[in-house]
Amino acid sequence: MIETTLDIQAIRKDFPILQREVNGKPLVYLDNAATSQTPQQVIDCIVDYYQNYNANIHRGVHTLSQEATDVYETARQKIQKHFNIAHSYEVIFTSGTTDSINLVANGFTSFLKEGDEILVSAMEHHSNIVPWQMLCERTGAVLKVIPMNLDGELVMEEYHKLLSEMTKLVFCNHVSNALGTINPIKEIIDAAHKVGAAVLIDGAQAAAHIKADLQALDVDFYTVSAHKMCGPTGVGMLYGKEEWLKKLPPYQGGGEMIAEVTFEKTTYADLPHKFEAGTPNICGGIAFGAALDYMNNIGLDAITQYEDELVEYATEQLLTIDGLKIYGTAAHKTSVISFNIEGVHPYDIGTIVDKLGIAVRTGHHCAQPIMDFYKIPGTVRASFSFYNTKEEVDRLVEGVKRARNMLL
Amino acid sequence: MTIKEIQEEIIDEFSMFDDWMQRYEYMIELGKSLPLIEEQYKTDDNLIKGCQSKVWVHAELDGDKLIFTADSDAIITKGIIAILVRAFSNQKPQDIIDADTQFIDEIGLKEHLSPTRANGLVSMIKQLKLYAVAYQTQLK
Repeated sequence: MIETTLDIQAIRKDFPILQREVNGKPLVYLDNAATSQTPQQVIDCIVDYYQNYNANIHRGVHTLSQEATDVYETARQKIQKHFNIAHSYEVIFTSGTTDSINLVANGFTSFLKEGDEILVSAMEHHSNIVPWQMLCERTGAVLKVIPMNLDGELVMEEYHKLLSEMTKLVFCNHVSNALGTINPIKEIIDAAHKVGAAVLIDGAQAAAHIKADLQALDVDFYTVSAHKMCGPTGVGMLYGKEEWLKKLPPYQGGGEMIAEVTFEKTTYADLPHKFEAGTPNICGGIAFGAALDYMNNIGLDAITQYEDELVEYATEQLLTIDGLKIYGTAAHKTSVISFNIEGVHPYDIGTIVDKLGIAVRTGHHCAQPIMDFYKIPGTVRASFSFYNTKEEVDRLVEGVKRARNMLL
Repeated sequence: MTIKEIQEEIIDEFSMFDDWMQRYEYMIELGKSLPLIEEQYKTDDNLIKGCQSKVWVHAELDGDKLIFTADSDAIITKGIIAILVRAFSNQKPQDIIDADTQFIDEIGLKEHLSPTRANGLVSMIKQLKLYAVAYQTQLK
């Protein structure tokens, strides 16, 4: 038994999808790092919005519009409170982490010049590499990489050496989606600030497992996607410090983001609306708030503790399989186990276990540089959530054993 | 044998299996019989894009018939390309262009046709047909 104060069976009943079968077997969903499942409470919230107060926000004087605006802005405050953000206008609703990163990368175009340096960690998701490469192409800035070691930990001595007065921006994920490493972001942020660089932390993979206190971290930008924390797809947030958000130019033009428009000149709206052009994903934002309520009702500390024990158990059990190697053995990691079996392609394992009703991810996990580092085509990734059970881990282990027997 | 006859033979073979596991085991066996591509042709140019695993395909004319050889670093993918090569290799380019691929459905591999599948069965079929189109032009 795994010790926990959580009633996992009761929690599982909140997730209708966990009751379904796949290929004739009860679903074992272990692809939570790609997207988490949605509890009934969040589904109800989405239905309630469309059934009862669907209207465009911020402009209408009619009741529905005011109701929708209130609930949407309340969701913003829930996000503010959850991440301990100083002002609700520092929370920008976006379509997700990729959108948030692009907003910042785009905004920095006018702040950088040739020869400036941008540091990015070796274990980034493509969404936290490509926008910066594009920024470098636009500005002539240089992208430098903070290396990692074989355990999948950043080599912090090298990071400190890379920092200089040329460094203008530093990007790193809070948790690696491919390896599960929890990066020492406080040290990264503090050191970057000493040389005057701004820091963006991609919290997409961390948010469902670690409650980040953004004021304590003193981070400049932090990004989150709702769909990785029991919310819907297509909505997320960008946190930016007020001073930065005021400096950054608007990302997209349109309605909502203006103060006054004439054909000669437009003045922009105040924060956060300056960055929220057009009709936003109103329902998504509201449901994001409901997802945070759901997770906070359970409690992130209890969630983290349970998931850590589950991952520890899964690691032990998987390692009993002959030839199985885990990639990402950092001292501090969470929720993700990336592995291969010697002589077997990860895709083959993924295909066989899918037939057994087990959903895992295979491939490079949008982090090709990590796969190049280990000289492998990809990995099988099992990623866990608080609704997963020890019995599901056992089924994964059985499935992988069966796949191994078929494939070798 | 015509492409149609070969496809029917493959459907017959797969109809003997009751469950997915036997089908996959047979596919893995078929993968071992794949006429392997020569090392010199295992180049990036011969890689099929859109596959999570690597798949190389080479085509060359033997008289008026097109011969395919292939390989993959994943076993199940190798089985899938082996089935395709068996159905389409040693046939006239025009016949390959005209052939339908309904048999994939009938041997229970329909799921691999979904665009979300990263094995690129769709890309493989497209690539074999593109070779046929290219060599058909050459034959003319």
